[in-house]
Amino acid sequence: MKKGKWGLIIFGLVIFIVGVTFPVWYGAGTSAPAPVLDMDTPVIKSMPNKKCVEDTAFIRAHHMKLLDAWRDEAVRDGHREYTAKDGRRFEKSLTGTCLQCHSNKSAFCDRCHNYVGAKPSCFSCHIVPEEVKK
Amino acid sequence: MKLLLPIIALFVVALLAACFAWAEAVSLLTILAYTSFLIFAAGFVYRMMKWAKSPVPFRIPTTCGQEKSLPWIKTHPLENPANAWGAIGRMAGEILLFRSLFRNADVKMIGGRPVYGSAKWLWFFGLMFHGSLLLVALRHLRFFTEPILPFVNGLSALDGFFEIGVPALYLSDAALLAGLTFLFFRRVVLPQVRYISLFTDYFALLLIAAIAMTGLLMRHVYPVDLSAVKTMVAGWLVFAPVVPANAGVMLYLHLGFVFVLLAWLPWSKLIHMGGIFLSPTRNLINNNRSVRHLNPWNPAVKVHTYEEYEDEFRDKMKAAGLPVEKE
Repeated sequence: MKKGKWGLIIFGLVIFIVGVTFPVWYGAGTSAPAPVLDMDTPVIKSMPNKKCVEDTAFIRAHHMKLLDAWRDEAVRDGHREYTAKDGRRFEKSLTGTCLQCHSNKSAFCDRCHNYVGAKPSCFSCHIVPEEVKK
Repeated sequence: MKLLLPIIALFVVALLAACFAWAEAVSLLTILAYTSFLIFAAGFVYRMMKWAKSPVPFRIPTTCGQEKSLPWIKTHPLENPANAWGAIGRMAGEILLFRSLFRNADVKMIGGRPVYGSAKWLWFFGLMFHGSLLLVALRHLRFFTEPILPFVNGLSALDGFFEIGVPALYLSDAALLAGLTFLFFRRVVLPQVRYISLFTDYFALLLIAAIAMTGLLMRHVYPVDLSAVKTMVAGWLVFAPVVPANAGVMLYLHLGFVFVLLAWLPWSKLIHMGGIFLSPTRNLINNNRSVRHLNPWNPAVKVHTYEEYEDEFRDKMKAAGLPVEKE
């Protein structure tokens, strides 16, 4: 058999092992905890009952689906009122409803989106209120 | 029956995963994650070492081009590599572009005569499937790296370029399913291929299809809290596992199938992901005629050359009138 065969075999196996364990040494043992979301906005502070449109677990997983449905229903069908599961009513509006409370996009929306690599296209049309003030 | 068993096996895996999710046996999830990864990595190395130790005493490349010989005869350095660069080029074409499959031919009896034609479907869908599987695997690095590698974000953006739906449909997911569908129906529909298909063939395809389907459902139909998922993966990476808070059953199904794939891969035909690098009919230089290859385990044979024979019997040969080389 060819000279240097074992050199090539070891080289290939090292590439494999380094490749499959790459995330471990890329993080170098530093933990990547879930981002802390900042709820410290004037509107949320002034709310007696701090509750989002739906419960937190649903919103965390489904908010993009909800907003997508809102967009279609409001823009295409003209239905602009959303009735939550507990009966409260909201305007179907990202800027008018969501961003009224969560006026801190960079400390709220962006933290999770950057953490999981989500790149929502909401803000290519919608303005961010705080950015206008600046 | 050969098709029914893999389907039953997959349902058993799904049922087990669902049971674990329902029983919230989440410490089991961590144990399975580490165990399946260790089986994958160790099994992979074991299979590679086993192949590397297999004796290949002679050069056995399959060739379909002119070998390098006299300078005025045109050679084909890729089909019949005469040096290391040719062999590397040949392997690259094989691994990256599935060059052998590109030559796939089909034969039909037309008017009582066999007519050969090109059949590139297997090459096309095979390449599409493998390519999109690679893209999908690379995109998952967003859960495994913090901060996320820049190229992973770029890849996801490119993959979701058309922004179909929210969250955007990844084109590689669609391509992956299209490739899998073709490869599966090829086995089921063509009688010749169905005849030679075994449990392992169907199980490999259906297992990867199950992973892709649960992944797609988790992204588009039953969304999960991604930051909880990433926290779970990050916990594995620093050996401080955490339990994802109220993750849906779809996540457990997805992970269950992935763990089965990881643990099964080294012992199945899917180990061709490493084995292709060690295929002696492709990776060897064809220098059988220009270099002398000795079988390394040939025993030392005691030889008696003609010169020695003549030295021994010269007198008798001369006496008998036989010609001798040395007087």
